[in-house]
Amino acid sequence: MSTTESKGGAPTAVAEDPRKPGRASRPAVPRRRTTSLSAHGEPMVWLTGGSLAIGLLMVVGLLWIVLSRGLSTFWPGEVVRFSTNDGTTWVGLVNASETRTLDEDGLAEIASRYGDEAAAAVRANGGVTERRNVRSLNLGDTAKTRTDWIDDFALVAPGESIDGAWARAISTPEWEVEIERFKQGRWFGTFEGFRDGDEVYQDPARAWDAMNAVLAELGSKRSEHNEIVEHEIGRQARRMDDARLDAVGVRLEEGEDSPEYRAAAAHADEVAAEVARRTSELQDEAQAIEDAGRTAQLLVRNAAGTAEEIDAWDVVRAVPSNRQGFFGALGTYFGRWNEYLRADPRKANTEGGVYPAIFGTVAITLLMCFAVVPFGVLAALYLREYAKQGVLVSIVRVAVNNLAGVPSIVFGVFGLAFFCYTIGVEIDDLFYPELENKAKFGTGGILWASFTLALLTLPVVIVATEEALSAVPGSMREGSYACGATKWQTISRIVLPRALPGIMTGMILAIARGAGEVAPLMLVGAMKLAPSLPVDGEFPYLHPERSFMHLGFHIYDLAFQSPDSEAAIPMVYTTTFLLIVIVVTLNLSGIWVRSRLRRRFSEGAV
Amino acid sequence: MDSSPDTHDDTPETGVRDRGERAMIPTPRGPETPGGDSAPDTPMELEPKTRDRRAGTPPRAAATSGAGPGPAVQKIPMQADRTLRADAPSVFDIVAEGKAFPTRIHPEVASEEPVLEVANFDLWYGAKQALYQIGMRVPRGKVTALIGPSGCGKSTLLRCVNRMNDLIDSVRVQGDMHLNGDTIYGPKVDVIELRKRIGMVFQKPNPFPMSIFENVVYSLRIDGERNRAVLEEVCERSLRGAGLWDEVKDRLQESAMAMSGGQQQRLCIARAIAAEPEVLLLDEPCSALDPIATGRIEDLIEELKGTYSILIVTHNMQQASRTSDYTAFMYLGRMIEYGPTGSIFLRPELQETEDYVTGRFG
Repeated sequence: MSTTESKGGAPTAVAEDPRKPGRASRPAVPRRRTTSLSAHGEPMVWLTGGSLAIGLLMVVGLLWIVLSRGLSTFWPGEVVRFSTNDGTTWVGLVNASETRTLDEDGLAEIASRYGDEAAAAVRANGGVTERRNVRSLNLGDTAKTRTDWIDDFALVAPGESIDGAWARAISTPEWEVEIERFKQGRWFGTFEGFRDGDEVYQDPARAWDAMNAVLAELGSKRSEHNEIVEHEIGRQARRMDDARLDAVGVRLEEGEDSPEYRAAAAHADEVAAEVARRTSELQDEAQAIEDAGRTAQLLVRNAAGTAEEIDAWDVVRAVPSNRQGFFGALGTYFGRWNEYLRADPRKANTEGGVYPAIFGTVAITLLMCFAVVPFGVLAALYLREYAKQGVLVSIVRVAVNNLAGVPSIVFGVFGLAFFCYTIGVEIDDLFYPELENKAKFGTGGILWASFTLALLTLPVVIVATEEALSAVPGSMREGSYACGATKWQTISRIVLPRALPGIMTGMILAIARGAGEVAPLMLVGAMKLAPSLPVDGEFPYLHPERSFMHLGFHIYDLAFQSPDSEAAIPMVYTTTFLLIVIVVTLNLSGIWVRSRLRRRFSEGAV
Repeated sequence: MDSSPDTHDDTPETGVRDRGERAMIPTPRGPETPGGDSAPDTPMELEPKTRDRRAGTPPRAAATSGAGPGPAVQKIPMQADRTLRADAPSVFDIVAEGKAFPTRIHPEVASEEPVLEVANFDLWYGAKQALYQIGMRVPRGKVTALIGPSGCGKSTLLRCVNRMNDLIDSVRVQGDMHLNGDTIYGPKVDVIELRKRIGMVFQKPNPFPMSIFENVVYSLRIDGERNRAVLEEVCERSLRGAGLWDEVKDRLQESAMAMSGGQQQRLCIARAIAAEPEVLLLDEPCSALDPIATGRIEDLIEELKGTYSILIVTHNMQQASRTSDYTAFMYLGRMIEYGPTGSIFLRPELQETEDYVTGRFG
């Protein structure tokens, strides 16, 4: 470039020239300033933190709903009395309320269903209307309660504002009570008096005290009665069954015409006759107790103003909701919890307790643990310690891992087909031929259900155990071998104790998965209502073939199979809460055991 | 001072081959070759000729060892009969080429009664050979050290003694060892019984996840010993033997995992001597320990000497010179020189041994 004397551009060219060599000596790539937001990683902090927050929010929300609704179910609410503008009087409890804001379409629908006046009332309130879910006595069929949505506009006279209509409409008279009955569910109405035999109490306050004294007395008589009806009569029936089955067994063994069979058949008939006599005696006895208990009646008046009498014998509990203060309500609350945790269910599972379901859930989970942990640990030991690590073992490992992803209902189908219909039927044929076509083990039961769950959770245990085994330092194994220990001695004395906390982790995960599982249980023996527990005072005391109840199935049953689903919703939440508490308790006890083991085996590693 | 010769450095292939071929001059075997060591494939002897440029280098080993608390040493001038050559190839080169080299074994070794004899021992990891024609006699009641650079096969050799290498699938061996006359690699040997006769202590302390007491009596437990009195007696004797008794006698039931590293290693030694082993193998027992703990272990080895026959692998020259009676120098899977520790460190017969022990090589 020799454009020294040129026009406009020349000075620049001259000025550029000396810069070029200097630039060449510097690094070719200019340094970039790394101050961009993404380089600092600030957005990632927000992204990761935000994800965690959203996750936590959902978990906390779930727990909050379950907790708040589950815990409030048993709180005795006020019994309210009000009249709707069609002239009906209602007495009942408010379950829930909601506020709706209606647009023109909504108003048109209101008009078509409830009349123009209702629509006008809502429009006058700016389209906003409240409604409440009220549980009250079904007067047509006193065995049932009903739940209805009561709209505010149904409470007011034409032209009256619906704003605050509810507050104006309701009253909570002192003697409006809630009575829980054994067979027929709840009753709402006015308590007016009490009759105990010939003595009649007209003053409600005195009558109430007299009634409570009688109810307390009836409690022990009722358990006496139930003992006869539920157990002793059942025992007689089983005696007869046993004698008959013995006779069938003799027939199968000795033939129809053998004298042994005739003797056994005659004996069975004898037993049957005796059982029939004894049963009718017992029934009379039970009836006598019941008749003695039915001499006391509650004198009450329902919402329609009709006087009724309720036998004190039928009453579980009478709750003077509007009279009792906070501590009285607290007493009712814990009384209901007590019943819930310890009693059998009644009224299609929507009332009463869930004790059999709690028992079933815990029993099935523990049985599952006893089945899956030894089995899984042994399998993992072979995979990790004995098998030659190669392609085959890798394939087995992948297969086991994939087993964890198989839908649980598939395990249910397998359990039904394999445990119940193959092994169970085989057991029946071998050991109980006298049952003939009836199934004992050949149908769903707590044992088969536990085995099905064990199969379901087996991959979890195997994977966790394998990881725990591989985490045992090789130096420890070598040390043991160098002392002259055999492989099994090394495994049993060094490797397994050291891996125990990890194995416990597997067990905890298995519990977490297994305790909440419902789908497979529906196929292998979970019942809406199991006649008796798998453990009782009846020889041989453990009955692994019996069907069982399970909290998870109970929830499903309440939510979807209940005749009165609105009434069952609070119980769904309570049962969910209970199931969560049980699963968490089982897990926590596992974690507690594990932490003790950890302290023992891996203290202060160098 | 001229620098150490770079004969062991990478040299062009041809040059190495030339020198290697020249080195293979068949000569009558020297008296130092032990009878147990059969004749190698290519017997050879390095010319007994002093290499000038090396002779000018003062032996650093003498100075270093003299400073340490090892065997009494004095500065000994190079001896005339040392097998040094000016132009001959280094033993390192011969070995690096995979050529056989007979172990230079000092005559003193032959006079000792052996507890362990190794003869013509070869070992392969898969296709790779790791030990070549090892032959050595480990004297009874003495401490024998195995030294050599990393990967030379010291630990492999040690682990062959109690057949720990059986645990590795790819290992294949040839040759045999004898423990007090009993074969180790014979076809009818019960490995479990064999290991009970041999104690071993590893590089990293590896106490078991159980109490101190149970750790010590582990080898008795696996034999089914239940007599509490016997167990307690053995426990105390072993812990006293390992110099740990006074520190732990009040907490024998506590977890061994809670001890310090040095205590754990002494516990491992106590565990190893609880079964009264015929030979005690120590695989770099101090490499994971601090200097104070190392000192205690070395004192302990000194005390165990005489009662037990000890074979120790170490990377630490000072440790080998301080604690051992005999030292074997290994290189690339071959045993180069084996003799009394004093000789190996002060008057090695091979220049290469001296290079290694003085730190000029490796």
